[in-house]
Amino acid sequence: MADQELDARGLNCPLPILRAKKALNDLEGGQTLSIIATDPGSVKDFQAFAKQTGNELLESGETNGEFTFLIKKKA
Amino acid sequence: MADKKMMIIATKGSLDWAYPPFILSSTAAALGMEVNIFFTFYGLQLLKKNLSLGVTPLGNPGMPMPMAMDKWFPVLGTAIPGMQGMMTMMMKSKMKKKGVASVEELRGLCLEADVKMIACQMTVDLFDFKPTDLIDGVEYAGASSALAFAGDADINLFV
Repeated sequence: MADQELDARGLNCPLPILRAKKALNDLEGGQTLSIIATDPGSVKDFQAFAKQTGNELLESGETNGEFTFLIKKKA
Repeated sequence: MADKKMMIIATKGSLDWAYPPFILSSTAAALGMEVNIFFTFYGLQLLKKNLSLGVTPLGNPGMPMPMAMDKWFPVLGTAIPGMQGMMTMMMKSKMKKKGVASVEELRGLCLEADVKMIACQMTVDLFDFKPTDLIDGVEYAGASSALAFAGDADINLFV
């Protein structure tokens, strides 16, 4: 279970990333954020976001056209 | 990543062209970059307190139109009075339906993330823009300060 959840369904680029960034601001280092999104572009974007910011993308998956991500905030 | 810098020169003042600078800047800020946008000529429209940005198919053969109108509707017809207003309304409602942020929202996110917005003093004077017409927090400067930041930036874009 993640420390916080973000529902970014129905949002288009760049909003899922921006909302995720905002949600991560409220977390402590090491805590996790789970995100659910419907923007297919968010798959590559969350990979790039993790790489650029140093927050770790622990999981990335898809079920029924919905994309889920689990990000651990950089310590 | 904190030391990466991006500089965008925004020169266009239509609804569609408002998106690239604000999407890239808000995202770059979320990635930890320091961002400056230099607004010049028609780009100054993007700094107005009350945005009234339009989109037009006139002179833009690449713009998809509703009901595939771009295939059969005469080009001259796109110049009919009211056409731009109608197209703008349709574009905005389509964007909303598809979950695309409004320009106002993206601009707000940029400001929240400390994206620095600089208005080109020369074109502000040229078009008789009043600082009171523009949003708060805008700085006024010229080519040399834009280039000073650009020379130091990792990403330089002209939109």
